Amino acid sequence: MAIDNKEVLLEVKNLEVTFNNSRKNKGFRAVKNANFHIYKGETFGLVGESGSGKTTIGRSIMRLNPISDGEIWFNGKRIDGKISNEDKREVIRNIQMIFQDPAASLNERATIDYCVSEGLYNFHLYESEEDREAKVDAALKSVGLLPEHKSRYPHEFSGGQRQRVGIARAMIMEPKFIIADEPISALDVSIRAQVLNLMNKFKEERGLTYMFIAHDLSVVRYFADRIAVIHNGRIVEVAPTDELFKYPLHPYTLSLLQAVPMPDPKIEKAKELVIYDDSIRDFSGEKPILREVSDDHFVFANDRELKEYQEKLNEMKKD
Amino acid sequence: MSEKNIILSVKDLEVKFKVRDRVLTAIRNVSLDFEEGKVVAIVGESGSGKSVFTKTFTGMLEVNGEVSNGEIWFEGENLLELKKDSDWEKIRGKKIATVFQDPMTSLNPVRTIGYQISEVIMKHQGKSKAEAKQEAIELMDKVGIKDPERRYDEYPFQYSGGMRQRIVIAIALACRPKILICDEPTTALDVTIQAQIIHLIKQLADEYKFTTIYITHDLGVVANVADYVAVMYAGQIIEYGTVEDIFYDSKHPYTWGLLSSLPQLGLKGEELFAIRGTPPSLFEEIKGDAFAPRSNYSLKIDFEQEPPIFNVSETHWAKTWLLDPRAPKIDPPSVIKTLHERMLDMTKKGGVYGDR
Repeated sequence: MAIDNKEVLLEVKNLEVTFNNSRKNKGFRAVKNANFHIYKGETFGLVGESGSGKTTIGRSIMRLNPISDGEIWFNGKRIDGKISNEDKREVIRNIQMIFQDPAASLNERATIDYCVSEGLYNFHLYESEEDREAKVDAALKSVGLLPEHKSRYPHEFSGGQRQRVGIARAMIMEPKFIIADEPISALDVSIRAQVLNLMNKFKEERGLTYMFIAHDLSVVRYFADRIAVIHNGRIVEVAPTDELFKYPLHPYTLSLLQAVPMPDPKIEKAKELVIYDDSIRDFSGEKPILREVSDDHFVFANDRELKEYQEKLNEMKKD
Repeated sequence: MSEKNIILSVKDLEVKFKVRDRVLTAIRNVSLDFEEGKVVAIVGESGSGKSVFTKTFTGMLEVNGEVSNGEIWFEGENLLELKKDSDWEKIRGKKIATVFQDPMTSLNPVRTIGYQISEVIMKHQGKSKAEAKQEAIELMDKVGIKDPERRYDEYPFQYSGGMRQRIVIAIALACRPKILICDEPTTALDVTIQAQIIHLIKQLADEYKFTTIYITHDLGVVANVADYVAVMYAGQIIEYGTVEDIFYDSKHPYTWGLLSSLPQLGLKGEELFAIRGTPPSLFEEIKGDAFAPRSNYSLKIDFEQEPPIFNVSETHWAKTWLLDPRAPKIDPPSVIKTLHERMLDMTKKGGVYGDR
């Protein structure tokens, strides 16, 4: 999997996000000391349950949530906290988001034409009215919609089509990086494959980089190159996709993998339920941090745990 | 079908809805027998009619909907002859109970959890308040609520999503129903919680001996829970069989499409199989096989005449012309044929599923 001289596009260092922070109460730590980087051209999966902080990380990168500590670097520039207006525009233009619920994320009173070109208006990314129209037409075509759909309103479309509009709207900005927050969770099974294929097409054609936020590991396995598993605001394991699925180390990753229902009755019916319980784990030793167990495989551990994980990994890799 | 205990039998069911002066046919001529004590999963996309189908068993269709044809036989009675709500109440909740998708909306936010369970016990079993409380606490314990005495007096907002769904299940079980309809019971929940709830329902079915009807769009869940699977498309059951029939030997192109478009089966770098287009509008009359316009395997006759039911084996049938002796022999897509090998390959390593 390892590509040589990989260029880092996004780097998140010691990220902390706290809500309701005030002098009186300490607030809720939604993201705890998150560290990861995303290479150019890869799809990075961020997987966790609801409330684990995965969306919060995505929103912090987009500057939608203020962060309370840490740094975010994009394309060699720091983009968190106070930055110049020029840099802000740069960030907004280059990082686009695809949301979960296409019904809620499109302005229902605006035509598709406006929905898709809003970004162009904001940044004056067109030379003339014809140029804008041509761009919108091209964007709609690239997602498999027709230019005559332009005058319609979001409610006239099916869920899958709306999500295509959501993607067209992001793509028209010619971004470098896309944060897709559960882009297929709200879609029907027969439509999901269409949207995933579309996203893959853009990745290949335009060398896009994705951060794919999901709760479902099975989708991420197909789509992502590397995966980070997040639990209670803490990233517990990061590894290339194949490695993570073959050699999951952290007990939470295991339980998450195991919980995904597989479309195979023989396997599924023989499965035993593993429930992850923080309280029965042995936490002795010093405070754990995210460390590298093997090449590009990181796990949240202290010295003692790291040793155990290494042994386990060697054991698994033997056969 | 020989010597099987049929608990519920649906015959030629047709359901229509009036929507802004137009008539939508949501269920088109569906017949199905439910065997006692088994788990039947009904799979389909949104709008395929799977929820509407089961809602007719408890008389819970929306006001603009009506059953325009058919019979539903349960304990020697045609349920569709029940007219009054008071008649339905002897069935609904009492004999046939439903667990809905969203535990947030199916519980009353201003009543305590305990009240909501014991209310049902008092109403349907005629027990006193104290007895009902006793039983409610036992039920809460059964569905896996820790420290039920204390949590009896709490409100729904004090419970997590998974816990709330456990309470909804407890309420459904309070009347000892013969049939439990689970309408996407885990769709709103996290995967880890989903696994626990599925496990719980199975366990309870063993203990209370009810028949389970599972509605879901998640084929992974189906593989886990079902004995039999009914695949619905555009208001019809297009294929029915045991869970092995459906996953390893399906016959209908729509079932093939559903299975092969699963991201779980996708291989990196390969394009996922995607079903073209969108489901047909049910406002219009559907001619021939409803799936024909989206299918890669449609024959000329698919556009002209509706396929009848072809029996594949004693437990397995499908509505597709491909099974007609005159039809050309078509091999199912390779993904389907190698499904088990693919999944084995994917899951055997890493000790997640153990060696198998």
